[in-house]
Amino acid sequence: MNAPQKNTTEYNFAYLDEDTKRMIRRALLKAVAIPGYQVPFASREMPMPYGWGTGGVQVTAACLTPDDVLKVIDQGADDTTNAVSIRKFFQRTADVDVTERTADATIIQTRHRIPEAALTEGQILVFQVPIPEPLRFLEPRETETRKMHELEEYGLMHVKLYEDIAKHGQIATAYAYPVKVEGRYVMDPSPIPKFDNPKLSDNPALMLFGAGREQRIYALPPHTKVASLDFEDHPFEASKANHNCDICGAGDTYLDEVITDDRGSRMFVCSDTDHCRTRQEA
Amino acid sequence: MYVAVKGGERAIENAHAWLAEERRGDPAVAELGTDQIEQQLALAVNRVMAEGSLHDPALAALAIKQSRGDLIEAIFLIRAYRTTLPRLGASIPVDTAKMDCIRRVSATFKDAPGGQILGPTFDYTHRLLDFALMANGDAPEAPRKAAEPAHVPHITGFLGRDGLIEQEAPSDTEPRDLTREPLELPADRALRLQSLARGDEGFILGLAYSTQRGYARNHAFVGELRIGTCAVEMDIPQLGFAIEIGEVELTECETVNQFKGSKTEPPQFTRGYGLTFGQTERKAISMALVDRALRWKELGEDYVGAPAQDEEFVLSHADNIQATGFLEHIKLPHYVDFQSELELVRRMREAAE
Repeated sequence: MNAPQKNTTEYNFAYLDEDTKRMIRRALLKAVAIPGYQVPFASREMPMPYGWGTGGVQVTAACLTPDDVLKVIDQGADDTTNAVSIRKFFQRTADVDVTERTADATIIQTRHRIPEAALTEGQILVFQVPIPEPLRFLEPRETETRKMHELEEYGLMHVKLYEDIAKHGQIATAYAYPVKVEGRYVMDPSPIPKFDNPKLSDNPALMLFGAGREQRIYALPPHTKVASLDFEDHPFEASKANHNCDICGAGDTYLDEVITDDRGSRMFVCSDTDHCRTRQEA
Repeated sequence: MYVAVKGGERAIENAHAWLAEERRGDPAVAELGTDQIEQQLALAVNRVMAEGSLHDPALAALAIKQSRGDLIEAIFLIRAYRTTLPRLGASIPVDTAKMDCIRRVSATFKDAPGGQILGPTFDYTHRLLDFALMANGDAPEAPRKAAEPAHVPHITGFLGRDGLIEQEAPSDTEPRDLTREPLELPADRALRLQSLARGDEGFILGLAYSTQRGYARNHAFVGELRIGTCAVEMDIPQLGFAIEIGEVELTECETVNQFKGSKTEPPQFTRGYGLTFGQTERKAISMALVDRALRWKELGEDYVGAPAQDEEFVLSHADNIQATGFLEHIKLPHYVDFQSELELVRRMREAAE
């Protein structure tokens, strides 16, 4: 990695002032106490746009200590533009060490993926969340959906999944696939491909979800039971492209399809760039 | 490829360098000073202050320069800066009845104590391009008259004296702060007004216009529109009394709307209210109309399903910084999600064959 830049700003450690961090930590504690429940928090205006990870950045800022080692990924890769931008933000404002290696990181901020390598106790995975409400596209009103969660009224979601099967022969949700947490709250796992859903359950790492624009935080404490919604006769299936990685040969990783010419040629490569490189080096 | 496996960092640096060069434009043309922006693009500065929720013309001018004239980008810069400022305290409510008005018009009365003052307005200008400005922008000096420090009472006060307009019950309850607490619905009027005051001018204008065209029509008259400076006073605990710490330019609009009455109450006009930083009267009038439309419940009116009546719809979508961020985030890489959909569609097509 490049040498971290000095904290050249006049801002507090990790940008946010300590009062704001305390407010976020309180919301995080509540979220950990009620897994899968969306806790409203007073999201701040950040120096990057809403929808570009402001929720994740605020959660990371509230968790970060000077001894942490930070990894930031977007689409599974460390080098995607927005991951680079967020990593630089924390190098600049917190002067923390950064890494691309999943195993070396104490905090990993991610957009749209869970790393392939198994996470360990003590690690924190911070998700960037665009729309935290799993029921939003069934019912646009927050006032209604909060009531539905209160009453555990999830019939609408099951009807939607059933209609998918009736129309398409299968559940037509490929990412942001809804889950139920410890048999209570239905939760949006953020737009990760459903391939990643099984990693949510019984994970030794702490998983925190931040939605800045929507002012919500939620969490999965370590070893929480998380079930993807399905039906007995249509069980959930974590799917991926039916190929191996063309670089490292892995057959069990989520793959990106890369178009290589204008005649339909393509190759499949691991979306998790650190995992792919670790396998090549091994 | 905009997401090369390596090189994202260099691409970003190069893009920013290019942006800086484009911002400056042709170096043969004199650079724009922030003082020029503050003086000569004052209405842009005012909009940035109003929607940025920060009264600082110099910083707003800097934001406009840095954002190459993209006002929403400038508002964003101001908002991001504002979040980092410590809160030293709250002022006592500004008294707009004591405003030094540069403009004050009422559509409901031909004349009123304090007089009608047109002020520096585009109203009644003929919108003809003034080609002389391309060569020389010097303005002839406007006729002057010494200010008469007269008390300029609110027009709606005259209606209120006769009971002809509803009275808002005075309250000393501290309003909640939209920027320090998550918005929870339903919101009270103070919170709705806060949200409208910093909401996008175009969005609020469109909603206000829709009420005029029949989507929750509320028959608004501009009871009074005033623009001017107001003293800002703050209680200083060490002193035990309030002192003036500065002044701000404000635009205030009070609308007089359709009346209502009941078996127990005689008919009365109702109100809408708008208050914004700077000379931003399109926004203040729009705000008053939308405020009035959102009050349907407390005034016992019917909900007709109009967008301007729908508190959750209006408050969730009025903020242009939230809106533009989320809208533009779809430019970010989404190839992981797209890949999962691609496979799903392929699988469904195979099943269909």
